[in-house]
Amino acid sequence: MPNNKKMYDKGKVVAGLIIFGVLITFPLWYNHLKVAPAPEPKLVGKAAKAGQECIEPKSFMKAEHMLVLDIWRDTVVRSAKRVYVNESGKEFEMSLTNTCLDCHTEKAEFCDKCHNYALVLPYCWDCHIDPKEKM
Amino acid sequence: MLEKALTGSKKYYGLITVLLAVIGVGFVCYLKQFTFGLGITGMSRDVSWGFYIAQFTFLVGVAASAVMVVLPYYLHNYKAFGRVTILGEFLAVASVTMCILFIFVDLGQPIRVVNVLLYPTPNSVLFWDMIVLNVYLLLNIVIGWKVLEAERNNVAPAGWLKPLIYISIPWAVSIHTVTAYLYCGLPGRGFWLTAILAPRFLSSAFCSGPALLILLCLIVRKFTKFDPGREQIQSLSKIVAYAICINVFFFLCEVFVIFYSRIPEHMDHFKYLFSGLNGHGVLVPWMWASLILMVIAIILLVNPLTRRNEGVLIVACICVFVGTWIDKGLGMISGGFVPSPLHHVTEYVPTVPEVLIAVGIWAIGFFVLTVLYKIAAKIKEEVAGIS
Amino acid sequence: MESSRRSFLKIAGISALGLGAKPVLDVFASTEEHTEALKPETRKGEDVLKAKRWALVIDTRKFESEEDLKPMIEACHKIHNVPKLENKRHEIKWIWTEEFKHTFPTQEHEFLDDRVKHLLFLTLCNHCEKPACVRVCPTKATFKREDGIVLMDFHRCIGCRFCMAACPYGSRSFNFRDPRPFIEERNPKFPTRMKGVVEKCNFCVERLAVGELPACVEASNGALTCGDLDDPKSEVRELLRSNFTIRRKPALGTGPSVFYIV
Repeated sequence: MPNNKKMYDKGKVVAGLIIFGVLITFPLWYNHLKVAPAPEPKLVGKAAKAGQECIEPKSFMKAEHMLVLDIWRDTVVRSAKRVYVNESGKEFEMSLTNTCLDCHTEKAEFCDKCHNYALVLPYCWDCHIDPKEKM
Repeated sequence: MLEKALTGSKKYYGLITVLLAVIGVGFVCYLKQFTFGLGITGMSRDVSWGFYIAQFTFLVGVAASAVMVVLPYYLHNYKAFGRVTILGEFLAVASVTMCILFIFVDLGQPIRVVNVLLYPTPNSVLFWDMIVLNVYLLLNIVIGWKVLEAERNNVAPAGWLKPLIYISIPWAVSIHTVTAYLYCGLPGRGFWLTAILAPRFLSSAFCSGPALLILLCLIVRKFTKFDPGREQIQSLSKIVAYAICINVFFFLCEVFVIFYSRIPEHMDHFKYLFSGLNGHGVLVPWMWASLILMVIAIILLVNPLTRRNEGVLIVACICVFVGTWIDKGLGMISGGFVPSPLHHVTEYVPTVPEVLIAVGIWAIGFFVLTVLYKIAAKIKEEVAGIS
Repeated sequence: MESSRRSFLKIAGISALGLGAKPVLDVFASTEEHTEALKPETRKGEDVLKAKRWALVIDTRKFESEEDLKPMIEACHKIHNVPKLENKRHEIKWIWTEEFKHTFPTQEHEFLDDRVKHLLFLTLCNHCEKPACVRVCPTKATFKREDGIVLMDFHRCIGCRFCMAACPYGSRSFNFRDPRPFIEERNPKFPTRMKGVVEKCNFCVERLAVGELPACVEASNGALTCGDLDDPKSEVRELLRSNFTIRRKPALGTGPSVFYIV
């Protein structure tokens, strides 16, 4: 193979690379101007009461709630099982509206805050109903 | 080789610009459909598949027809077709691309399309259709590209291409067979419930595809310095002649079975298409036009005197293409849904945005075709030492 | 350098293809849905109504006019958040009425007695023994449960509408647009649907799970009976034994689980 180190169209290539670099880092320098602090989901209503326990420990729910919900929906719809039993033997109906929202009554505070911040927008609520939402 | 597509005449760039503009219009309409839902189309609870699926069905035929140039060349060593196999293969690439896009725009939840791969379901014909179409696309891209590259470098095509080429021949048949199986295995849809549906699809494919290829050859000859050749075009026209005859023959077989048995569930769809049902019959003039065009095409193509005249051949090929397009791209899908299984007559007419989306996809197909043909013609010119 | 970049791209391309094909190959290895990550205990509720094969018997002799059928349709559509769309093309219905000639198109003739000719029949998903819709679905979004109920998984439906083409009873509706604005009063206990998915009667699985009969049966004043077709002692079997019943399009071999006493 000939050792050809000459670069063709050097100017265009470099200019192209610079434009590419600027574009791909756009979100970084654009947001650098205003760093929004990560929101903390607020516990209000029933969930805020002392002694109230979620279906699983808080740390687990924080990291894995999406997985839990994914398993719930498959189990309820496809396996026809609707009751969830946690480690300590407590039973829950596997239902986003009837169980989760029953305690976490403020979806806007509890779900939307973080989800909007992280721009993770699952379409749960296109079908599942938030009883508080105006029709 | 892609760089060949970047240099061209003003006409070439003009065509590219027009196609991009049409694609843009279609894309804007698709965004509207994406946000609103399929309600912007003319489809309904009773006619739940429409123009999109019909275009898909027709174009699978055009794609499958590449086999009509590949088979004589590679299996029968018919040397003349060596010049045009690339045109057939690239036509297949453009057509399958359109097919896949037509399926995609027809989905109600397009962002979930990967579910077909995440939850593979071998009992669904759509699963198999997804496989055969994608593999056929890949086969034609690889074969077309590598053979053209070899031609350009003046070497024999790589050895590993041969098996792929042989596989592509039955594979072409499979794409249209599987597409027919989408429809003909459904209980309660008397119009499609016929074992001759796949053969009918294939016969119409093998006339509409090569007819389009003839027209494309003539366009290539006119606008580039590469001549696909008179013998090639004449051989293709004989293929079209046989295929259109078989197509009409299959149609008449269907008509006999249906109207001699007189089973209403099968008869009513034909009545709707050709004479109207309960006062509904938007497709009646179209269906008769289709039939008349096919008969004219037979007369012009079977007679050697008219077939050999390239001017007449153009007319015949347009008749074949339009005739089979109406038959499959308009009648075949709506016809199966009217009357409904509950014997209601709900008519279907595509809406303007629906047609614009479809035209946009056709433009994408022609864009792909233009670019690929440009590359092919440039390389053929180069090899022949004309340019 | 040139050749190594080429071979790298080749390998990358081939591995990408391989990754794409993996789930396809998986299906031939196992059909089980994997949920290893979390192994919680899940089970059915204690009150759940069970059957080997659910069936519905409709005693049409107990109906005289459309008014008699309305309560059942309204009960169903209300609890399931079924929207009321003005545009007939986009109509969504789980249970509705048809004349004899549309319900049983192959059995209609001009000398039918007046009662049957003008009677309206309830039509709904037949929860077929061999459902064509399930056979054609490319994602298993519609599937048959162990108890014979043919169900939709709205989470998974891609909206290809193959099931609508396959159903010989016109039992399926498609959400041509967002249905929410057309739901008069939402029942928060049951989800709505989103645009682009197919829906149909679910045999009230959410009610069976808590020991309640389907809403239409409950609202029918005894004209509708549901039960286990597999249990010779069930009420539906008793009705089928003592009455002549017909099913819709029996010649197609789909095996409907909805029976009509005419």
